[in-house]
Amino acid sequence: MSWTFVLLLAATAYAFKVLGLVLVGDRTLPPVIDRCLALIPAALIAAIVMLNTFAHGQHLQIDARAAGVGAAVVAAWRKAPLIVVIVIGAAVTALVRKYA
Amino acid sequence: MISPWRDERLRAVAAACVTLGFAIGVFAISFGVSSVAAGATVGQTCALSLLVFTGASQVSAVSVIGSGGTAASAFGGAALLAARNGVYGLAMAPHLKGRLPTRLIAAQLTIDESTAMAAAQEDEAHKSAAFWITGLSVYLFWNVGTLIGALLGTAIDPATYGLDAAFPAAFVAILFPLLRQKRPMMAAAIGATVCLVLIPFTPVGVPILCAALAILVGVPE
Repeated sequence: MSWTFVLLLAATAYAFKVLGLVLVGDRTLPPVIDRCLALIPAALIAAIVMLNTFAHGQHLQIDARAAGVGAAVVAAWRKAPLIVVIVIGAAVTALVRKYA
Repeated sequence: MISPWRDERLRAVAAACVTLGFAIGVFAISFGVSSVAAGATVGQTCALSLLVFTGASQVSAVSVIGSGGTAASAFGGAALLAARNGVYGLAMAPHLKGRLPTRLIAAQLTIDESTAMAAAQEDEAHKSAAFWITGLSVYLFWNVGTLIGALLGTAIDPATYGLDAAFPAAFVAILFPLLRQKRPMMAAAIGATVCLVLIPFTPVGVPILCAALAILVGVPE
């Protein structure tokens, strides 16, 4: 990995982060835009969970992670505290990976 | 105005934000390990976390390089994954009032975790508090975890401890409170489906960006 790569990626990542905040700035947005923007976290976080649970590069696969994240879903649904959900997710994944 | 430390709800929010930061820091250890294993130096690995500071892009970049991909393909995927922070910026802008220097700092902290924790708060004042506390604690723990992982190098295998699942598990926990209403629930279901369907057919990063189309369920009144 080169330093050029590191710095170029840093600049690109920051540019994206600034873009959204500065683009909207202090403006008051039409209600329809507000309603849509409020849905961004739910839509993207759900997508990220899928990606990190089932993707292996560009392939879909069901492995130990699916068991761990499934257990995390049950824990979150039962309103377990955040840290408990995370520990259950990691522990179940590790156990399934080791013994299944 | 009530003093922030008398506000019990805010204290609970702050505790959850710091806990999330800590958990993400544990995940950062596995990033540090895989980055060094992919051929980056300890300095470069730490620079990625300090400067790029968006976990999914960093993990994607080192995994592409580690599996023998070109720098160009590693960069492309990482940049596409970073693009969603621009979308988060759009979502956070109405809640982050402040002058330009404050916004420029907020920008570096505009990531999955800070946006999601802010979105989970019903009270407007708690939204910006959740954003800052989560952003700063993730920044701290992410960088400490990265350094530990980079120094450990290949001495440990994070997969043994299921650390790769810690990240999606944390997001499951963040996601649940967002789903109490019908529209976010629909947006999440559509976003998840779009992402899953596109993973086999599109380059890394594209499925997440396309999942953002799910916000259109917010158009009807």
